[in-house]
Amino acid sequence: MYRYNDFDDAFLAKRNAQFRAQVQRRIDESLTEDEFRPLRLMNGLYLQLHAYMLRVAIPYGTLSADQMRQLALIADKFDKGYGHFTTRQNIQYNWPKLPEVPDILDALAEVNLHAIQTSGNTIRNVTADHFAGAAADEIADPRPVAELIRQWSTDHPEFQFLPRKFKIAITGSPNDRAVTRAHDIGLRMVERDGEAGFEVIVGGGLGRTPVVGKVIRDFLPRADLLPYLEAIVSVYNTLGRRDNKYKARIKITVNENGLDAVRDKVEARFNELRPLFKGVDQDLLAQIEAHFAAPGFVARDEAPYELAYANDPVFRSWADTNLAAHKAPGYAIVSISLKAHGQTPGDATSDQMRLMADLAERYGYGELRISHEQNVILPHVHKADLPALHAALKEQDLATANIGLISDIIACPGMDYCALATARSIPVAQQIAERFDALKLEHDIGPLKIKISGCINACGHHHVGHIGILGLDRAGVENYQITLGGDGTEDAVIGQRTGPGFAYDEITDAIERIIRTYLELREDDGEAFLAAYRRLGADPFKAALYPEAAKKNAA
Amino acid sequence: MSVIVTDNGFQADDFDGDIVALAEAAEGAVAVELAPDADPQALAGRLPTLQLIAVEFPSFADGRGFTTARQLRLMGFTGRLRARGHVISDQYAMARRSGFDEVEISDDLAARQPETEWKFRADWDRHDYQARLRAG
Repeated sequence: MYRYNDFDDAFLAKRNAQFRAQVQRRIDESLTEDEFRPLRLMNGLYLQLHAYMLRVAIPYGTLSADQMRQLALIADKFDKGYGHFTTRQNIQYNWPKLPEVPDILDALAEVNLHAIQTSGNTIRNVTADHFAGAAADEIADPRPVAELIRQWSTDHPEFQFLPRKFKIAITGSPNDRAVTRAHDIGLRMVERDGEAGFEVIVGGGLGRTPVVGKVIRDFLPRADLLPYLEAIVSVYNTLGRRDNKYKARIKITVNENGLDAVRDKVEARFNELRPLFKGVDQDLLAQIEAHFAAPGFVARDEAPYELAYANDPVFRSWADTNLAAHKAPGYAIVSISLKAHGQTPGDATSDQMRLMADLAERYGYGELRISHEQNVILPHVHKADLPALHAALKEQDLATANIGLISDIIACPGMDYCALATARSIPVAQQIAERFDALKLEHDIGPLKIKISGCINACGHHHVGHIGILGLDRAGVENYQITLGGDGTEDAVIGQRTGPGFAYDEITDAIERIIRTYLELREDDGEAFLAAYRRLGADPFKAALYPEAAKKNAA
Repeated sequence: MSVIVTDNGFQADDFDGDIVALAEAAEGAVAVELAPDADPQALAGRLPTLQLIAVEFPSFADGRGFTTARQLRLMGFTGRLRARGHVISDQYAMARRSGFDEVEISDDLAARQPETEWKFRADWDRHDYQARLRAG
């Protein structure tokens, strides 16, 4: 875990003092609302439908137990006793009061957290694989590099007023859990001839124009990362469109100018910038790496785990879905579902946060992670401790066994909170989760990712859902379009629309028809939904969704 | 009229030459203004003869000028570099760190954002991650 040094502490204290002054200057009107807006946004403060919303960064998704406890305290003291974990490894508080926000930021600083650049036309919180440092399939832990990028991008003088927001994600595993191909810049840690480096992907993004990112550099030596990133963002700052915010993201810049032209400019700028980095950044990186040393894993008897697995079907069901392979023998990565059936995806109460912090301390070396799928992870738990952990999680409704299943839904806040939304998302997620829970089909259906967005800005990542749902407004009535076959992994694919949308009270039935079709047509229960869809194509699913049209075609 | 902001606060403009738009600048011009979308490369070869370059900020939300300033410094410009237009005091540190020497603002803006607000950011060279990553 990264711990702030004197420089980081002093920087953050100064920054928070500046924001406190900016709030005051807005109140005394030396700042207009127009001028205050980007300043509050670059400090994480949004104006939502009902109130301000504060988005706090959880850099690369890593939290300590103490940090989690502080998030709980803030939820109690300044909000309504809960927080919402987002798809970009942030936590959002939905009800802060403007004059109290500087105090919240000071409380965050006490535990090395901040809300800097979680919003606005800036380089946003850098996201990473939520299994980083623990996953069995990992080449290298991406978090030290992510921390270096955090420091480089924080308050970068050239990049606080970009054409549009700019998101960077990094993975150290060939199995991409960080959706790198849907980011403005995606970084994949790779090796070539024994040398460590990055594959650099540029111009991915979801939103109203979904684009799978393209490789701008297939191998970038590790030491060249910062000048290369700076070259990309610098070229984008000049070249990106400022006349139309819907065409301002770098994905459009790349599409309009062509990847080759953008690459030529980036390489030219890179050659200018590279000599300015004289290796000090790499020395700093080496220091940062020391903060992320793996805990001292121990060899212990796994018998308690085996016993519980054999005798307790509830535990077995949870272990089968919520554990992932750890690199150390005897250990597991535990995903704690924040998707209890019928609850708001990604919400956690302050009591739940405190319990997770305590359990992380007792069983998991004090470490927690937040996934872009809006769940909490204990990355290092010995299998012998899993039965006790599971029992403790049950007490706070945190033992739902549904990771990667149909009710593990990503949903944006939707019209319940968001000023941009055109339809509700959360209630749709709740209905789908409850339907398949009632049908007792969830475990039979197997791995399936449903993602729901309440408007075309696609915060719910519906484009890369195996089943995507997009809520729109059709003449004042909510209408939900379905996409199928999306995939956010290393084989990123944008889902295809099935046809006309469905009303609010029809969408859950529509999803059930898709699932019934899949269950009927899959080769066996080892063929997951996405694989079956790829084999079968969209036709049988469309026939199930639109029986009238299918009849007409047949006639 | 306008006000020039430096680390010392407000002052009157003490540059006594004409600052002309790049497109209208004659061969021997010593001070030019760059439009927000101008490519600094257009000044390649002319930099040693220029005493001052003013980069226009049409809106404080348009950050192209910061990259333009970096570019000019990378190209070797050592003369006076001025950010001109709608720049707010909260951007003073960004302007200085990007390579500007000074900011030129309107009297209206100077009245609304008085000198103290600008001097609050005169310590722009402290607490700077960039300097830390590139030192040595």
